[in-house]
Amino acid sequence: MDNAIEARGLVKTYRGDVRALDGVSLVAETGTVFGLLGPNGAGKSTTVKILTTLSRPNAGEARVAGYDVVREAAKVRLAIGCVAQKSGLDPAATGRENLMLQGRVYGMRGRELKGRAQELLERFGLDAAADRTVRTYSGGMQRKLDVAVGLMHRPQVLFLDEPTTGLDPEARVDMWSEIARLSGEEGLTILLTTHYLDEADRLARRLAIVDQGRVVAEGAPDELKAELRGDAIVVELEEQPHDGEVTRVLAHIADLHDVAVEARTLRARAESGAHMVPTVLAALESAGVAVASVGVSRPSLDDVYLRYAGKAFCEDDAEVKR
Amino acid sequence: MNNALADSWFMTVRHLRNLFRQPAWIAISLIQPVVWLLLYGALFRRIVEIPGFGASSYIDFLTPGIVVMTCLFSAGWSGMGLIDDLDRGVVDRFLVSPASRGSLIAGRLIQGAMVGVIQAVIIIVLGLAIGATYPGGIAGLTALTVCAVLLGTAIGALSNGVALLSRREETMIAVSNFVLLPMTFLSSVFMAQALMPQWMQDVAQYNPVNWAVQAGRAALAANGDWGIVFSRMGYLVVFTVVCTWLATRAFRVYQRSI
Ligand SMILES: Nc1ncnc2c1ncn2[C@@H]1O[C@H](COP(=O)(O)OP(=O)(O)OP(=O)(O)O)[C@@H](O)[C@H]1O
Ligand SMILES: [Mg+2]
Repeated sequence: MDNAIEARGLVKTYRGDVRALDGVSLVAETGTVFGLLGPNGAGKSTTVKILTTLSRPNAGEARVAGYDVVREAAKVRLAIGCVAQKSGLDPAATGRENLMLQGRVYGMRGRELKGRAQELLERFGLDAAADRTVRTYSGGMQRKLDVAVGLMHRPQVLFLDEPTTGLDPEARVDMWSEIARLSGEEGLTILLTTHYLDEADRLARRLAIVDQGRVVAEGAPDELKAELRGDAIVVELEEQPHDGEVTRVLAHIADLHDVAVEARTLRARAESGAHMVPTVLAALESAGVAVASVGVSRPSLDDVYLRYAGKAFCEDDAEVKR
Repeated sequence: MNNALADSWFMTVRHLRNLFRQPAWIAISLIQPVVWLLLYGALFRRIVEIPGFGASSYIDFLTPGIVVMTCLFSAGWSGMGLIDDLDRGVVDRFLVSPASRGSLIAGRLIQGAMVGVIQAVIIIVLGLAIGATYPGGIAGLTALTVCAVLLGTAIGALSNGVALLSRREETMIAVSNFVLLPMTFLSSVFMAQALMPQWMQDVAQYNPVNWAVQAGRAALAANGDWGIVFSRMGYLVVFTVVCTWLATRAFRVYQRSI
């Protein structure tokens, strides 16, 4: 089996005509990390729910670990581990009890069960807290235990729905190295959803950007960045320009493309950013548009996202925090 | 099938353990029946003097009623824990595992039944301490407990069904408050059926709480009418089956909504 996860044309609608998924297709090669990126409500969790057999698609089909998620759901369940966006831990039970119950429903018993629980507690640095109720765990500890619970029965395919959301930078780096280790040393296939582009960039062999229930871009992070060809130029203006004013001013500059204005921010792309900046500034100045600051950057996943979903990623994140 | 039984047992253990980790819950569920027994026992003590009441000691009359009422109320709130599990994603975690789907409800019902038996024993002993007599003996007490637990299982299934459909604690509280007390007062828990207004007697005939109380009292009587015991027990079994079926329907509705 070359592809541990294959989904074709997944559609999911919820009552009240919410079209959560509108034809999602993706393929994750066995033993790799696949990243699913997208803003809030894009359909990441819905995709995970369908691939983990929790929810049924209205149309389309998917195979996970070689089995059909609808017709062979029971076989899929044995092969996968899932760390959902919502923790799913029992707060009144201890860390160890959570692990043991998880193992039991997968048919683990006796020494194998105890040994595996202890092994995971140690690996995730939870052995000191193992016999405390989960209610007393910090957010980072709970997220680690979530992952440990998902790994309890040694799944072949692991789904991680926003595993690092809410973690401090240190805990996030820990989680990253754990994820990298799982796919590297243990050969797990991992589907990871995230809001963080750097996370996907760093961990994922391939990734898909979803927006409004559709995959808007798919490929290896480097491929996606290469597609953009050229540097990003970002100009902060003193004042918000009139509609179309700036675009008109810059329209005649050769080799400058993807010009977009959002509030006071002007973005554009050019083969060589450093050479293009003086031309852009001169054009703006002659049109009487005052500039506050200018930046040039190599293409990043942020730009990829911007290109495909048409709005800056960080602004979506800001909405979450509000 | 083997799996389903094992899973149900694992879930039962989980719920029992979590319950026994709540000292406040243990204290309240021990004290509440005591309060009911003492309070209502004192309040209505002289009620037996009303001609036609048909019992000579109110404590004898009340104790089986309190056993049934306690199981009813514990069961009525059974769905609260499920709402918590749904909110936290615990149910979804087990749904993506091979755990038997039935075990997610069955575990709660079995736990409820076990707690029900413990509560029944405590109330029976307490009743004895304050002067109740049980001429029906062990057989009678067992029949009473079985009926109370059957009622509790049925109501517990309904409560879990409401939890799955509403997924809101407020709705759960409103429904339980709306249903539990009227069900109690529309039965012969506190008052002999013969002395109730006619319309109440008519309603009580179809009230599962009343079936459990009637069966329990008949079984505890000196020369109890076991015909009543077994017929009411039969109604309760059917009622339990229907309620459990409804709960599985509610579970389907939940699964379709995610
Ligand atoms: N059970 C449900 N019932 C109704 N609508 C739902 C349900 N689950 C998801 N949706 C809707 O489907 C859409 C996609 O939701 P989904 O949870 O998949 O987004 P997401 O990409 O995981 O977002 P986030 O980053 O916020 O977790 C949203 O519009 C959401 O409101
Ligand atoms: Mg999500």
